[in-house]
Amino acid sequence: MKLITAIVKPFTLDDVRSALEQLGVLGMTVSEVQGYGRQKGHTEVYRGAEYSVDFVAKLRVEVVTDDSNVEKVLDAITTAAHTGKIGDGKIWVTPVETVIRVRTGERGSDAL
Amino acid sequence: MLNAGDTAWVLISAALVMLMTPGLAFFYGGMVRAKSVLNMLMMNFIALAVVGVLWTLYGFTMAFGNDIGGGLLGGFDFAGLSNISGDLAGFATAATDTAPEVAWPGADALPLFAFVMFQLMFAIITPALISGAIADRAKFWGWTLFVAVWVTVVYFPVAHWVFSFDGFIGADSVGGWIANRLKALDFAGGTAVHINAGAAGLALAIVLGKRKGWPKGTGRPHNVPFVLLGTALLWFGWYGFNAGSSLAANDLAAVAFTNTTVATAAAILGWLIVEQIKVGKPTTLGAASGAVAGLVAITPAAGFVSPLGAIAIGLVAGALCVLAIGLKFRFGFDDSLDVVGVHLVGGLVGTLLIGFFGTTSVNSLGVDGLFYGGGLGQLGKQALAAAAVLGYSFVLTFVIGWVIKKLGGFRVSAEDEVSGIDEAQHAESAYDFTGSGGGLGQPNSLPVKSSTGTVATKLEESKA
Repeated sequence: MKLITAIVKPFTLDDVRSALEQLGVLGMTVSEVQGYGRQKGHTEVYRGAEYSVDFVAKLRVEVVTDDSNVEKVLDAITTAAHTGKIGDGKIWVTPVETVIRVRTGERGSDAL
Repeated sequence: MLNAGDTAWVLISAALVMLMTPGLAFFYGGMVRAKSVLNMLMMNFIALAVVGVLWTLYGFTMAFGNDIGGGLLGGFDFAGLSNISGDLAGFATAATDTAPEVAWPGADALPLFAFVMFQLMFAIITPALISGAIADRAKFWGWTLFVAVWVTVVYFPVAHWVFSFDGFIGADSVGGWIANRLKALDFAGGTAVHINAGAAGLALAIVLGKRKGWPKGTGRPHNVPFVLLGTALLWFGWYGFNAGSSLAANDLAAVAFTNTTVATAAAILGWLIVEQIKVGKPTTLGAASGAVAGLVAITPAAGFVSPLGAIAIGLVAGALCVLAIGLKFRFGFDDSLDVVGVHLVGGLVGTLLIGFFGTTSVNSLGVDGLFYGGGLGQLGKQALAAAAVLGYSFVLTFVIGWVIKKLGGFRVSAEDEVSGIDEAQHAESAYDFTGSGGGLGQPNSLPVKSSTGTVATKLEESKA
């Protein structure tokens, strides 16, 4: 199993979610995060005084999936979150030892 | 005889001006950081409490009692609001048929108590205005003591100079020197309120010193919508301030209402245009600040200029104040929320421009300024009144602030300033940022019986 972590622009969330639903992905975790990559922060001005906001608001979408589905999920997120402009985000994949469903105690793929 | 319409209007105006102080609290509160918003609100709110009591004990009589010499201070005949009965004498000239009507009510039009309450609200908001200059760093009780001393030695005397007219409270009463000897015009408080508070803000910002991290690290406004909400409340209340200052439901009140509206509108445009040129964006905070700058500037002039004059005053005020707020960076004083840039500069603009835009076509008790065939004389009087109030307020405020600071009562510790003055001074926080309701506010903060049997909280323990 793999954990797929995607940092995306907040407004793309609906598209990302529906793309993953169509693939049969049954759950995900979404959190609001801040950071920067190539796209830097921005400057705000209050009564003439400039304040630099260094971190950009993004969403982190996390999905755990079977190895066989990884490529499809990656394609789906990449397509849905793509605008072609700087700041579209990153996706990375990490191996997952196991998954447990708390309610039933099921392990591995059965718990997804 | 008592005029029901005038009485109703002045009572309502008093209530409108009362609303300005909480409005100001939100105007200022939105501009500070989330960790000090409650302290900012409290610095304003406490003025209602302190000045409300002092006004009754000795404030009103120091401002409007019979002059004790030189037009400098009222005597103590009305201490404790005793001997206050019957109606405001008003001006005999009001009984003439000059058109449009003169500035003041006819004889015996208002109960004296209505006037006492109307003027109280001015005495409350003036020290509250100063608080913006020392946001985030003043001990609450030190500030409260400052308010009490400041209104006593600065505001009450200055209100006497500017607002107390001869023969106004009673037929033989003698008033203050600016109103009666110098005869500078100040319709609703450009000198007594705004220049006064602005000069005091400058002095206090210098005495208390900069906040840690100023100018770069003192954070951006935490709630700009609060600022606009506060501005709206101020604008609404300002109709009581300006139109109410005609002390009658008459032509002049309607003129002052009109001037208040159009000057504010023009000032918003003036501020935003200059901001667009300087910064490249029209900001919400700029629109709110421009509105207040316009309201400040039209205050002394509201009953003495035409609507076109009011637009000119508003435009000048908006454009000048947006430039003036940069002064603190050049001279290095942390006037946190621009009391100097908006109230001192705005007050000066309005007070001086009466010398240009004043016209007797609006008010027979006014004067013609330079643009209406008058000479330089009135401009000189306006400048002298402004300078007198500015100098008096700056020097006295500096001394009061310095003494309280030396006694250790004014500036919070650097640690409390950084961790947040709300928690340090008030044991409260404005917002619960924990979505799950955790952190502060869990069971150990419920009121409990302490060992001595009194109700206390375990906040101190929870911090340990």
